[in-house]
Amino acid sequence: MSTILSIENLRKFYDGGFEALKGVSLDIAEGEILALLGPNGAGKTTLISTVCGITTPSSGRVTVGGHDIQSDFRAARQMIGLVPQEIALEPFEKVMNTVRFSRGLFGHRRDDARMEEILRKLSLWEKRNAAIRELSGGMKRRVLIAKALAHEPRVLFLDEPTAGVDVELRKDMWDIVAELKRAGVTIILTTHYIEEAEAIADRVGVINNGELLLVQDKASLMAQMGQKQIEVMLVERIDAIPDALSSYELALNGAGDSLIYTYDVHGERTGITALLNDVAQAGLTLRDVSTRQSSLEEIFVSLVSEDAA
Amino acid sequence: MNWAAIAAIYRFEMTRFFRTLLQSFFSPVLSTSLYFVVFGTAIGSRIQEIEGVSYGAFIVPGLIMLSVVMLAISNASFGIYFPKFLGTIYELLSAPVNFLEIVIGYVGAAATKALFVGLVILATATLFVEIRIQHPLAMAAFLILTCLSFSLLGFIIGIWAGNFEQMSLVPQLVVTPLIFLGGTFYSITMLPPVWQTVTLFNPVVYLISGFRWSFYGLADVPIGLSLLAIAAFTGGCLAVIWWIFKTGWRIRS
Ligand SMILES: Nc1ncnc2c1ncn2[C@@H]1O[C@H](COP(=O)(O)OP(=O)(O)OP(=O)(O)O)[C@@H](O)[C@H]1O
Ligand SMILES: [Mg+2]
Repeated sequence: MSTILSIENLRKFYDGGFEALKGVSLDIAEGEILALLGPNGAGKTTLISTVCGITTPSSGRVTVGGHDIQSDFRAARQMIGLVPQEIALEPFEKVMNTVRFSRGLFGHRRDDARMEEILRKLSLWEKRNAAIRELSGGMKRRVLIAKALAHEPRVLFLDEPTAGVDVELRKDMWDIVAELKRAGVTIILTTHYIEEAEAIADRVGVINNGELLLVQDKASLMAQMGQKQIEVMLVERIDAIPDALSSYELALNGAGDSLIYTYDVHGERTGITALLNDVAQAGLTLRDVSTRQSSLEEIFVSLVSEDAA
Repeated sequence: MNWAAIAAIYRFEMTRFFRTLLQSFFSPVLSTSLYFVVFGTAIGSRIQEIEGVSYGAFIVPGLIMLSVVMLAISNASFGIYFPKFLGTIYELLSAPVNFLEIVIGYVGAAATKALFVGLVILATATLFVEIRIQHPLAMAAFLILTCLSFSLLGFIIGIWAGNFEQMSLVPQLVVTPLIFLGGTFYSITMLPPVWQTVTLFNPVVYLISGFRWSFYGLADVPIGLSLLAIAAFTGGCLAVIWWIFKTGWRIRS
């Protein structure tokens, strides 16, 4: 698959010197769905705003479909649709008018058939002549999506599309995203909900303090979640893993009094029996043994807290 | 050029205008009538004529300028301030448009509205006094340039303003006094010599003088100077706007 969005070493200092992005690099393949996870203030919106042209990058390079977002901004922005985190709409304007405005703003001719298609897809057709202020919050969010889709973008940014949205509407949103993906649209969305990332993303990125900590295939993340860890607690502390145990994928904890062994629950042999034997052979005395299974949530939390440390 | 974007912005701004068309039409008619009743009748009965023109007719160009300038400023400043205030400016900033296209769209719409009101006032005035226009082309040029240049100024104010108070600050504290002291209701030759000199530092004098010349052939300052002044003012506003977009001042963080 070809890369449609490429971010290289992107930095952003806000006025006052605060560094909101600390050299983010990321390639996004055409047609994929990437979920960006991160706590409040991580820099998700800043990243999106910079790519979309709302804030100016301090350094680094971003290209969309090969077009630089600064030197070739027209071609780059033409390909991008943005659904912002905050609902921002003209309260007295009619739904149809604002969506038509968006299409025109991106240089497209008026196309009523296309407008109808978009509004129907988002269940807004009946409301097309309603003023924005007469809509519910969920409908307003869908108007924002309709505006972002009005110029038929190839890359769509959804900044927390399901924040403050009820369960049903969230499912609707996931369906919309799935349908856009079928139509070949590349989607980058931010969310605080890990199950959302699990449900719809192809890849998951974790961002914290302006740094991208991890970007990984959801499948391989899931595989990691299929991994279990066994912790072998020792009576004495050791400085290093004994040579006799070097054939195992082992890690020593910080205190030096327990060994952590990771294995795949789906594997034919877990190697636990052999490990425990070899631990005893190496002259170590067991105090206790425990097992644990990691979830995406845990991976996320541990990444973010490691980063904070 | 992204012409579709210019058209979209222009049309969007104009729909707001058409939604309140009645108001846009009747309020200038009413205020102009009031001016004629108060200034034309009450004061005009004492002043009679200025250089062969009846006082009522004499103040028409100034009255048009007064409304056009104030409206151009408020239309354009609100036009761009609202998207900032509501947050919808994100869309302009992320669209494939450059500063020129945004300015043409917003300023064009604001100027059109001001021009419309100017013409309504002119038409209303003919109901009260007899008006001749000696230089119709110059009249049109002055009117259109005024609509455009003060819409540019309004656009700058709208970008600069951080709240609604600041929006009315410049129009009320700077523009209104300049207009009232700029010979809207009198000829500056009626002032004592010292004040005549002081008045020459008021840019609005050149505007109103030139505009009045296109009606009655009467001017306080040479007509060429008037044209130069308004051209310079337009150029200055354009330069400021160009700088704003280049630096992203108050719009792009
Ligand atoms: N215009 C600005 N000026 C100065 N600092 C800013 C500005 N916008 C954001 N920041 C700071 O940059 C950091 C990242 O903010 P950002 O909005 O990108 O976070 P986020 O990941 O989107 O958070 P959330 O999940 O709450 O939406 C925060 O510390 C924020 O305070
Ligand atoms: Mg955010």
